[in-house]
Amino acid sequence: MAKFFAITIIIIAIASAIPILRHTWAPPEDISTHGALIDEQLSETMAEAGISFLAAQFVLAFFIWKFSNPAPDAKLKNFPGGAKGLVIAAFLVVGIEVMALGIFGAKAWANVYLTPPAADAMPIQVQAGQFAFYFRYPGPDGKFGATHPELINEGQQNYYGLDPEHDVDARDDIVAAEMAIPVNKEIHLLMHSKDVGHSFYVRELRVQQDFVPGLDVSLHFTATKVGKYEIVCTQLCGLGHYNMKAYLEVLSQQDFDDWMKKETAMQ
Amino acid sequence: MHDVAAHAAHHAPPTSFIRKHVFSLDHKVIGKQYYALALVAAFVGMFLSWFMRIHLAWNDTAIPGLQLLSKTGAPGGVMTPEYYLQLMTMHGTIMVFFVLTTAPFAAFGNYFLPIQVGAEDMPFPHFNMMSFWVTFVAFLVLMSSFILGDGPTLGGWTQYAPLNAVGSVAGPGQGLGVVLWATSIGLFCVGQLLGSLNFITTTLDLRVKGMSLMRLPLTAWAWFITSCMGLTAFAVLMPACILVILDHVAGTSFFVASNLVINDQVQPHSGGSTLLWQHLFWFFGHPEVYIAIVPGLGIVSHILITNMRKPMLSHRTLIYSMGALAVLSYMVYGHHMFVSGMNPFSSLAFSFPTLVITIPSTIVVLVQVFSLYGSKLRINSASLFSLGFISMFVAGGVSGFFLAQPSIDIMLHATYFVVGHFHMVMGVAAMFGIFAGTYFWFPKMTGRMMNETLGKAHFWLSFVGAYCIFMPFHYLGLAGNVRRYSSFVDDFLQPLIPVHRFITVAALLTGAAQLIFLYNLIHSRFWGKLAPNDNPWEATSLEWSTATPPPFDNFGGKHPVVYHDPYQYGVQSSVGDYVMQTSPEQVKTESDEQ
Repeated sequence: MAKFFAITIIIIAIASAIPILRHTWAPPEDISTHGALIDEQLSETMAEAGISFLAAQFVLAFFIWKFSNPAPDAKLKNFPGGAKGLVIAAFLVVGIEVMALGIFGAKAWANVYLTPPAADAMPIQVQAGQFAFYFRYPGPDGKFGATHPELINEGQQNYYGLDPEHDVDARDDIVAAEMAIPVNKEIHLLMHSKDVGHSFYVRELRVQQDFVPGLDVSLHFTATKVGKYEIVCTQLCGLGHYNMKAYLEVLSQQDFDDWMKKETAMQ
Repeated sequence: MHDVAAHAAHHAPPTSFIRKHVFSLDHKVIGKQYYALALVAAFVGMFLSWFMRIHLAWNDTAIPGLQLLSKTGAPGGVMTPEYYLQLMTMHGTIMVFFVLTTAPFAAFGNYFLPIQVGAEDMPFPHFNMMSFWVTFVAFLVLMSSFILGDGPTLGGWTQYAPLNAVGSVAGPGQGLGVVLWATSIGLFCVGQLLGSLNFITTTLDLRVKGMSLMRLPLTAWAWFITSCMGLTAFAVLMPACILVILDHVAGTSFFVASNLVINDQVQPHSGGSTLLWQHLFWFFGHPEVYIAIVPGLGIVSHILITNMRKPMLSHRTLIYSMGALAVLSYMVYGHHMFVSGMNPFSSLAFSFPTLVITIPSTIVVLVQVFSLYGSKLRINSASLFSLGFISMFVAGGVSGFFLAQPSIDIMLHATYFVVGHFHMVMGVAAMFGIFAGTYFWFPKMTGRMMNETLGKAHFWLSFVGAYCIFMPFHYLGLAGNVRRYSSFVDDFLQPLIPVHRFITVAALLTGAAQLIFLYNLIHSRFWGKLAPNDNPWEATSLEWSTATPPPFDNFGGKHPVVYHDPYQYGVQSSVGDYVMQTSPEQVKTESDEQ
């Protein structure tokens, strides 16, 4: 029974590692300028966690195999070096390992969150509400009109509560249900929630950030590959949470300009 | 001090049925009541997970009988998206609070902590009785949300603000359902606070002569450390629950910001903070992970030592490591909030202690695993589940390396990777600790043995099954599978549905294996083989030195005296290769002989 158990542990450990090694279910290709550091961090962590996992399971299995049901005259023994050696090993090996991960990971994090957006980054506002995203572009004047919560009226498609009648800045604002951005252009995303908590997650962009009701959060990124990607909500926001999504269209500059013209004409 | 305190805990044996079995002051009866509550809760939680898994794998399939639970939530047996979220919330809440906290800590701790320290009872038996009954009422309040109003809350076991505070306008169950949830959890906190007070004072004040702190078994240390965590963690969650209730019934706005618009209506709240809830919740929530798992670390160490016939490589190292886990558990909670909108510098500040906490966790595992070296390992249901605990704790623990880092959390936050991580490390591992404890202590609690063949079958199916369920969760997370979705309509999620189907089949089979345990438990309780003696495992701690089941005052009017460290195995004594803590016999160890 013990030997069978040891073999089972080994089989499970190896079987668990195979899909990881074969990248059967891996993250999609990165399309951002900041994602390479994150991916590198993920790979290194996977290697260290994988080795720790396999080593621990193998040692556990080996000891179960070796020391169960011993001969009646077997003598008890202690692992050479006792606990002191293990504690030192834990501090040195795991301690250094996790500190290294922490320090290099901090760089990847700082790259996203602790650097300000470039002065010429394109501002886009995204508003999340049960259960849709709406994106707002400031228009030719480069200014977002003021929002008035009491004017929000989804039936009249005034998703932001704009008052173009009295607010000059709001008149040229463009509001769209999908997000279009030019490739290789830094985007400064201004995130606002209308009602409850939501999140903005684009796997390919290596971006995930919660919306905080009552607090405007900002994020910046640059997409490097033209294509259409899904934006999904990852913060439980109510019954339609699973269905709250939008598309991110990364376009060439020319296509983006065309898109902008078309949207302007539709407003 | 010992005599005075022991006297304070003394109370007369009950005579009526009600005082003996219902409103009992006896810590052993209260321990069994907690166990029974956890058992019922575990099966309710498991059935809910079955419903959820079936729905996730086959979205439009009618689940027979589900419509009886809710006509509107499951018309014709087909679950609506909101009902999925409601069942998911109840599954998480029931499992975390009423199973993983209740069974390893409140149930086993209540039953065995006083006996292991040599006390007649806990110092405040009335508080102890109250702690169970408050917890019981908390469970009933939570269950009542199935039938009251528009059903249970759908906000998840974390109940993030402001979804938890704006009322029914935010969806079904967000009105009365949330109030019932917060009332239930608030009451649960009261129960745990009363229990923690009793555990701490029992450990510090009621130890018998000779029982120094370092002579306490690892289980007693684990319960003591857990109760210290419980005292501070639940003391934060309880007021948070009260504030949520006030936001619903008193017009306050603790967690709701100004100018929120739902259904085109500006909400009548202003000035609250969304992130305040997350800080309060996770200040409780992360220690809660250790509240669930530290008793398991103690229980499996205790059981493995008995079955290895030798002590752990270092008793003190394990105690200090569990203590370090408890202290660090308060410094890491912000890793749940890396992408919450919290100041990004805070994320780095919370990341480092989270990485550091892997060191005491690693030490615990290394000491447990390398103590197996040179042992005389006995394989039985209890030791199998203990070894399975280590395997699961490692498997779930290493995924913590990823989630401790904010940069990687950008990709994995709110995905099934997180679900796989916590199910393995605090769900399955803690459950294995509960099972190990049950197989081990059952003879002492009932005077009968559990069936070993059924126990081993239960283990094999649970061990392999748990890996089949929860390891693929990690793969799904890497592929970006978002959690808390009632169906997978996104383009990139469609190809992952076959993996969900595999998980569902594994979950149904593994769940069915738990019925073997239930049968074994009930059958053995009434018809199981009688325990051959008071100490069938040839163990050393005080619970094995008294009658089976222990008498009302635990030691039949005697006050035991402790002469030895808790785990004197591998010795030559008059009874075999061990000497009990209460035996005055002087013994030689095998190493003395060499």
